[in-house]
Amino acid sequence: MRLSLWALGAAASALAVISTGLAQSDNPVDEYRRMLADPFANPGFLFVDEGEQLWTEKRGPKNASLEQCDLGLGPGVLEGAYAQLPRYFPDVDKVMDAESRIVHCMVTLQGFDEATIRRNAFSTRSRKSELEALVAFVAEKSSGHRLSVPLNHPKEKEAYALGEAVFYRRGSYFDFSCATCHSQEGLRIRLQELANLRKNEDAIRAVTTWPTYRVSHETLRTMQHRMWDCFWQMRMPDLIHGSEVSIALITWLTKNAEGGELTVPAIKR
Amino acid sequence: MRFAVLSAALLAAVAVAKVHAQPPRDLPHITSERLEQAMRASFGYDQLPPDLQARLVQDEVQRLCTEYRNEPPADVAERIQKLSAESVVFPPDGKFLGDWKKGEQLSVNGYGLRMRDDPRRQVGGNCYACHQMAPQEVSYGTLGPSLLQYGKLRDFDPEAIRTAYIKIYNSNAALACSTMPRYGTQKIISIEDITHILAFLFDRDSPVNKE
Repeated sequence: MRLSLWALGAAASALAVISTGLAQSDNPVDEYRRMLADPFANPGFLFVDEGEQLWTEKRGPKNASLEQCDLGLGPGVLEGAYAQLPRYFPDVDKVMDAESRIVHCMVTLQGFDEATIRRNAFSTRSRKSELEALVAFVAEKSSGHRLSVPLNHPKEKEAYALGEAVFYRRGSYFDFSCATCHSQEGLRIRLQELANLRKNEDAIRAVTTWPTYRVSHETLRTMQHRMWDCFWQMRMPDLIHGSEVSIALITWLTKNAEGGELTVPAIKR
Repeated sequence: MRFAVLSAALLAAVAVAKVHAQPPRDLPHITSERLEQAMRASFGYDQLPPDLQARLVQDEVQRLCTEYRNEPPADVAERIQKLSAESVVFPPDGKFLGDWKKGEQLSVNGYGLRMRDDPRRQVGGNCYACHQMAPQEVSYGTLGPSLLQYGKLRDFDPEAIRTAYIKIYNSNAALACSTMPRYGTQKIISIEDITHILAFLFDRDSPVNKE
């Protein structure tokens, strides 16, 4: 009798431990997400302000601002431009994403060196990236706009098809492809929920929240960084900033998220 | 006026949803040569040292699983499984079960083989990224099946141990285009490390087999 009472007590306390354990893993996370959703607490907006200054200031060897940059809707048109990228640009005969186009404008309008911009595209603990701030500024001008990527030009169609092919390509030590983690719903890696990026609903949740302030990185990160980061986890060599594969993947992803409302800068773990 | 704008916006949203219901049409076919050319250019293949170049070159299994998007026809699947089974090397001393405590550490550890990772540090198996194992560890992924009670449920059967060894060494021997990494064939971890992980699954004292 005594033993069974003890056993009952032990079982009850074990249950209590399990349920508090569960409560701790669920509720604080929700609470954390609620806190993160407060726009006034999002440091990403500091990058927007900084980006605006970098955009309007006369800089570089040509002492020019970026105000005449054509992001696809005509020189100087910022409103809604980010939500309609990547797209084909006749002046370079290429499909470009927002980041590549901003780099292009820094090179052509301001005379900056492309290799240097790309080398410093992602900020580190010791060096801030101007490009991250510029992307934040440009993207925020499309906040509230719905994603709508043109897929008319043959090169836009090719970028989409190439992006999809890359999504399924397996390689390196772990045989991973993007599809390994991102082609099913409701799964997790460790405790991190995974999106099925082939699905409109999931793709919208992912794409409409970049660029984003990454709390663990203590900086704002862009979609180019997200692509590079995934390949790093996949044990691949470094994806080149603005490379064809990066733009193709972003084209495919953004098209899958068609119609989603951009809400940026977002904030994430 | 406001109502008109609102209904126009609603109509636009419906139109957008309709457009997406159908995948884009008239897409060009991307050949594997085109895909590999784009990959090499985008990862700077020509400037990389040989060990990193190797990561960009697919082996036959990777190539076939890419081509068939992980759903190969029966004859191709059979070829992949045969090729994979042939690559399995068994422990030289014939001992399949190592130290379950080391196996537990390897299952938690996700370090290694990423760019700028320290090559002197132990590479992990990272099993918990995708599998539930010991009941105490609540931070586990669900990409793979739960391995709770793995050994116990199989009566600690030597044949089941051998089968699990093959699964870890080369998952494609049993299932063509499996999502699980081929830990032995791809030289991610050593044969000894695999026996430690096997012990974590099959040792009677391992928390995996406890309540």
